[in-house]
Parts: sequence; structure tokens; C-alpha cells
Amino acid sequence: MLEIFIDRIRAAHAEGSPLILQGGGSKTFYGNADEGEVLSTRTLTGIVDYQPKELVLTAHAGTPLAEIETALAERNQMLAFEPPHFGGAATLGGSIATGLSGPRRPYAGAARDFVLGVRMIDGTGQPLRFGGQVIKNVAGYDVSRLMAGALGTLGLITEVSLKVLPKPAAETTLQFELDETAAIENMNRWAGQPLPLSATSWHAGLLTVRLSGAESAVHAAQARLGGELLHDAAAFWQRLRDQATPFFDKRPLWRLAVKPTTPPLNLGSAEWIEWGGAVRWLASDLPAGTLRDAAKTAGGHATLFRGSAPIDGAFAPLAPALRALHRNLKQRFDPKGILNRGRLYPEF
Amino acid sequence: MLSPAFLSQLRKLLPDHCVLHAREDLVPFESDGLSAYRNTPDVVALPENESQVAAILRLCHANQVAVVARGAGTGLAAGALPVDGAVLLVLSKLNQIRHIDPLARTATVQPGVRNLAISEAAAVHGLYYAPDPSSQIACSIGGNVAENSGGVHCLKYGLTVHNILKLRAWTIAGELLEIGSDTLDSPGYDLLALMTGSEGMLAVITEVTVKLLPRPQRAQVVLAAFDDVAKAGAAVGNIIAAGVIPAGLEMMDRLAIQAAEAFVHAGYPLDCEALLLCEVDGVNEEVSDDIFTVHEVLAASGAIEIHTAESEEQRLRFWAGRKAAFPAVGRLAPDYYCMDGTIPRAQLPHVLRRISEMSVEFGLAVANVFHAGDGNLHPLILFDANQPGELHQAEAFGSKILELCVEVGGTITGEHGVGLEKINQMCAQFATPELTRFHEVKAAFDPDTLLNPGKAVPELHRCAEWGAMHIHGGQLPHPELPRF
Repeated sequence: MLEIFIDRIRAAHAEGSPLILQGGGSKTFYGNADEGEVLSTRTLTGIVDYQPKELVLTAHAGTPLAEIETALAERNQMLAFEPPHFGGAATLGGSIATGLSGPRRPYAGAARDFVLGVRMIDGTGQPLRFGGQVIKNVAGYDVSRLMAGALGTLGLITEVSLKVLPKPAAETTLQFELDETAAIENMNRWAGQPLPLSATSWHAGLLTVRLSGAESAVHAAQARLGGELLHDAAAFWQRLRDQATPFFDKRPLWRLAVKPTTPPLNLGSAEWIEWGGAVRWLASDLPAGTLRDAAKTAGGHATLFRGSAPIDGAFAPLAPALRALHRNLKQRFDPKGILNRGRLYPEF
Repeated sequence: MLSPAFLSQLRKLLPDHCVLHAREDLVPFESDGLSAYRNTPDVVALPENESQVAAILRLCHANQVAVVARGAGTGLAAGALPVDGAVLLVLSKLNQIRHIDPLARTATVQPGVRNLAISEAAAVHGLYYAPDPSSQIACSIGGNVAENSGGVHCLKYGLTVHNILKLRAWTIAGELLEIGSDTLDSPGYDLLALMTGSEGMLAVITEVTVKLLPRPQRAQVVLAAFDDVAKAGAAVGNIIAAGVIPAGLEMMDRLAIQAAEAFVHAGYPLDCEALLLCEVDGVNEEVSDDIFTVHEVLAASGAIEIHTAESEEQRLRFWAGRKAAFPAVGRLAPDYYCMDGTIPRAQLPHVLRRISEMSVEFGLAVANVFHAGDGNLHPLILFDANQPGELHQAEAFGSKILELCVEVGGTITGEHGVGLEKINQMCAQFATPELTRFHEVKAAFDPDTLLNPGKAVPELHRCAEWGAMHIHGGQLPHPELPRF
């Protein structure tokens, strides 16, 4: 089955003709426009191995996330980074290639944190295998994690091994009426205390906090924090994870990742805050440079998440030394620049 | 040998007391924590600030002189072993905690800061730095990043790679790389992951921003004894299947238990084949619930004795035995050689059986200490370096153990790194295309191969030579390579 992909990439490499790597196509909006023929992983499906007691799952890249999450749920386990589905047929490969994570990310870890190993085909058509199926592994450079978030520009991921975790026994969501400044302060203060936080959100004067863990721990934290119980909490977090609320329909939608304690950015648009204060979403027509400077000053970076990308691309431009390193790495994994050309940075 | 002209330029970059070149000053740097490998450095540079580090790298780059970075020297894979004709760049004087931000829960520190010192400094805020390698009182954070160090708590809290946010690092050309950020991610490739565990081969780190976590309200440990190693191994899987992720889950075999008990009197039962230590932590109520679950699972898994620590003092004593396991085993023989393979946990009984068979074959005793939660096995091979041939036997035995780990789907190193020690076993774990990519990753950072040359990733001809001596199932590894 892999041969088809190897042959296709080899041929593209020989001809220097670009390919667009695609899974379920649920995140085609993300990153810059790329060019070429679509190479779909949707035929590359199936869970290869799942060992609940080892906390390890291995699946082909085109396996729908939904299929994986169902298999895990049957054993009371989960993907703790809560990858977004964005209402589409998100696949495992696409989730890792974009490196996107959901509401649990600041408390459980990101997509890259759960990657244990990958099989991939580089831009010359060479199949490669990095990492493995064990939780601790420091043999060789961590190329598997390098693939997370590389947007397919270093290779086509064909198989991924992930660490999975047990589902928490209990979850409760609390809401607090608070202004933005107080909400940011509370998110950070609570994260520094032994509380079973598993997600935080603030929007339109409402701080929403999810607690996860043993039933007794969740109850104790609830008693301590107070707030109002949110009843359809699972739906709330699912909508936030998939950006399925009208707030996220506005364009251009910017994602400003900042130091979590950053005070309100006051950029003139309504914000949705996630990740304990570390991510600020806003729809804004301000110049890209203004938003990028604001994020940079706050210790982070701004991404044009949905909408047409500015001239320097969707992602914050890199400092010269890092840019050179990116070029060097790209050159070695995909010398002809055929994989998802321009998707990550316009120059490659 | 380094030229006198180069040395005199190096001396101009640093105060006199920061350049060591007298023989007696160099000897302490001849090895890291793996003292079986020794090589006296040509010169040791001990910069006191970041600009000196950059200047040394630029000088070395201009003169095409190799650089081996070294932290506290506690590494166990000869990763910081001096290389002939290279500068040994010792970063231990960069030992300042620059800043702790209690609200954002981060600490920004220089690479020479000791692992434990970070947690000590953060304690006043109720915070700590989670990765805790056994050498945490001595090892430094720069080395932790270079090796992606783990510790007994990494099943729940992750390795170094999961607990750092940002690095300042310098390429061999003396260019500053600011990798990562104060937020949770960065645009572009995940160079933070690539740098972590790169064994000083890609760039030299001068500052690390780590994440701090709230100290758990409570920790509690359960000790369980088993009359069969396989039962203990199965119990580990059963605990995890019950939905508990222990903060620490350690196993010791008979020889390790007896050595530890004789050494620190931890209160371990002696009449057993395997001992499990299972620690749970978190908020008070959660710990009570988890302890109850763990107790039930251990009993159902056939434990012959189960003890929950009744006081904080007893909890620490239970741990003292495990933490002292290496020196305790060290009392059984003049020398021991510590291996670091990782295996899928289900393979534990098979792997331990094979190790005990090989122990007979090689005529060397072995004690096994196991980070059971994450499958990281530390067999300690006992030998006497003063007996001719015994060190060689121990190394050959160790090599076989690592190949066994690869064979069952594991890896040759879980947390100690490859260094020089396991460079041949890299040939067993990776094929030519992957090794080639590793060399290319290095070349993307260090095209002249000046940073820690000869470590971590074997040259392909080395694998060909090694492969010629290690034929598996009648098949030569790397058949495509010429044999010299």
C-alpha cells in the first residue's frame, strides 16, 4: 500500500512537480496557499496496534480521528491533546502535521508532546522511521516531534505512534462572571495551585473552567472555587475545540499566542481567550504588522488562522538565523521543494 | 593537538583562571559519569558569561577546531568525553537563576544551574521543576536538555522536552538562536524538540526557560512484593488499565532489593523476587482514591505483601532504597555498568529471563532496576575492572542487552543518551536512510561537524564494520555498504 505513495513522491521528486499532501481536508484553511496535485492519505487507514496497558496507539496517517477516539473510548482512554476536528473528517496524519491541539493543551500537553514515533516518506520518496512505540526514547534526534506542526513540508507522515491517557473519572465545568483582567489573573493563579484544571476559556465577561480527575478531587476543587455549574459542558468544550461558534466565523481570524500572564491586549476587537491566557483569538482588520508586534512584545507570535494571509504569510516571519536553519532542514528532507510548497513559509 | 597560536587566542578571550591547560587541572575533566571512557582534554575553557561562549565558538569555527560542551559531567554515556584536538567547553560557571515568574510559572536559568536548585528556588512559590533524574542534586539543566533527561516521575510529568519553553543557543558559527517562546508554541519547525536530546551536536545552550508546576498537595507510596517478576510486570499494566497514572512506578529485582535493603534499611521485604513502588500524587482526595484503587489492583495481581507508607518519613524511606539502588549495587562488586534500554512493558518477563540467561553466559551478575511505568530498564552489570577482560565482558554483555531491547520493539537508550558508549548499538536500531538523515540534521546546524564530533550518530562505515561482527539471523545489517 505504501508503494503507491513512495512511487508518487519519487516521480514528483524526479520531475520537480509539487504535491499537496492531504488527509480529510478539514484544515486546508490553515497556513499559506500551496500548489500542486493533491496526494491524499485517505486510503491509508486503520489502527495498526493499540495496547491500552502500554498507553500506546499506532495508526496509519489517513485514519479518521473519530475512529481512533472511538477505539480509545471503548477502553476508557483518550487523546489528551484534544485535537480539533473542525467539523470535518480530520485524520490522525493531518492532526500531527498541523500540530494543532484543543482546550486541554496547557494542562496535558500538545500534539507534539504525545508523538512517540512516525513512519514517513521524505521529499525524495525515501521511507523513514523515527522514534518508536515506547514512552522514553533518546536514541537519535527527535525527528518524529519535528514532524509535528511541520505542515507536511518535511515529509508525508504515513504512520504515527502516540501516547494515550486514561479518561478522567469525573469532569465538571464552572463559570464565573469576570472582566478580562481578572479572568487572566485567575487562570494563571489557579494554574499555580494544586487544582485539577483541564481547560480554561474567557469570552464576553464569562470565565469558564473545566476540572478533571477523580470524582472527589473535582468536588473538592469545585467547593473551593465556587462559580456556577455549566450543564451542557461537553458541548461547550466541543464547540470551542472545533471553533463551531459564530465568534470564529469572522474573518480575518487571528490567533495571538502570548505569555499567559499578558494583560488584555486592547486591540479594539472582541477576544476569545484560551489556554490559561496563552492564546487570544480575535477577528481584526488591523495591519498584520500591528498584530505581530503586539504578540511579539507579549513574548509570543501572531498567526493568521482563517482568512486570506498577509503578504509575509500566515505565520510570523522567523529571525534570520532561524530562517536559515529552516531552509537548511527543508533542503535536506525535500531538496526539490515539492511537498506542500509554500504552505508553512512562502519561500519554501 | 591544538596549536600554540590558537591557545594564545583562546586565552585572550577569557580571564586566566578560566582556561585550564596544566595536566593536573585537566585530569578531572577526562571523563563524565561513565568513567570507563577517559581522554584527557587538550584544553578546558570555563566561560563566565554568554558573550564569552559566543566568542569561543567563533574562534573555534574560524580555526576549524572542534568543541565538546560539558555541564556537570554526570552523564552516563560518555557524551561529554573529551575529543582529541578539541576545546572542552565547560558551562558550569554559567550558574545563575536569572528569573522566576511565579504567576506565569516559569524559571529562566543558565545551563550550569543544578536541576534540584531550580525546584529549591521555586519552592517558596509552591512550585517545582518536574523532571528529576537520580543525579538531580548534581546534574545541570543544560545537560538535562542535551540528554532529554527523565527521572522517576516522567510517566506522569514527562521528560525534559515536555517541561521547557525556550532556549538561547549558539551555533558553532557564533550565531544566536532563540528557540521557543514565552507562550506554549512557536511558528515554524519544532526546533525545541530537535534541540532537546541532541547531545551537544547541534548548538550550545546558554539559557533555558523551564515550566514550573504547582507542588502536589500530597504524595503517597505503596510498596508491593511479588514472588514472580512476571506478576509484578503484569501488575504495572493493571494499574494503568485501572485508569491511574502513578507519579512514580518503580520495580526492582531480587538482587537490587537485597543490595538496597542492606545499604539503607528501607524496610523492604527480602523474601521476594520483585518489588514495586507505586507513588500517586495530586490533591488530597484524589490521592486517597487512587491509593485505594492501587491497593486493590496489586492484591488482585498477586502481590504477596502490600504496605502503604504510614508517614511521610516512611514514604521517604521507601524511596531512599530505590534512589540508593545504584550505589547499593555498587557495594556488591568493585564496578558496575549501568544500561538504559526501554522496552514495551509487556516484554518485561521475556527480557528479564533473557538477561538472566546471558548473565550465566557471560559469568557476570546483574541487578535490575526498572522505571516500570515507562518501560525504561536499568540493568546493572557487576564486574571488576581489575580482572583482565572483565570490563570488556561487561561491555559485550551490555551491548547484547541493548540489542535485545531493540529486538523486542524498544530502544537502546531511554534517558541516558547515546554519547560514545552506545554508538555501535545505534547501528542496530537505525538503518542507513535514518542515520543519513541524522547526519543531515546535524549538517543543517553544523556543516563542518565541529560540535561534539563522533558522538550520538555513527558514521555509516562504522556501522558496516560493526555489522560485520554482529550477524543476526544470517543477515548482515547494512548489506548495501562496503566492508573495510
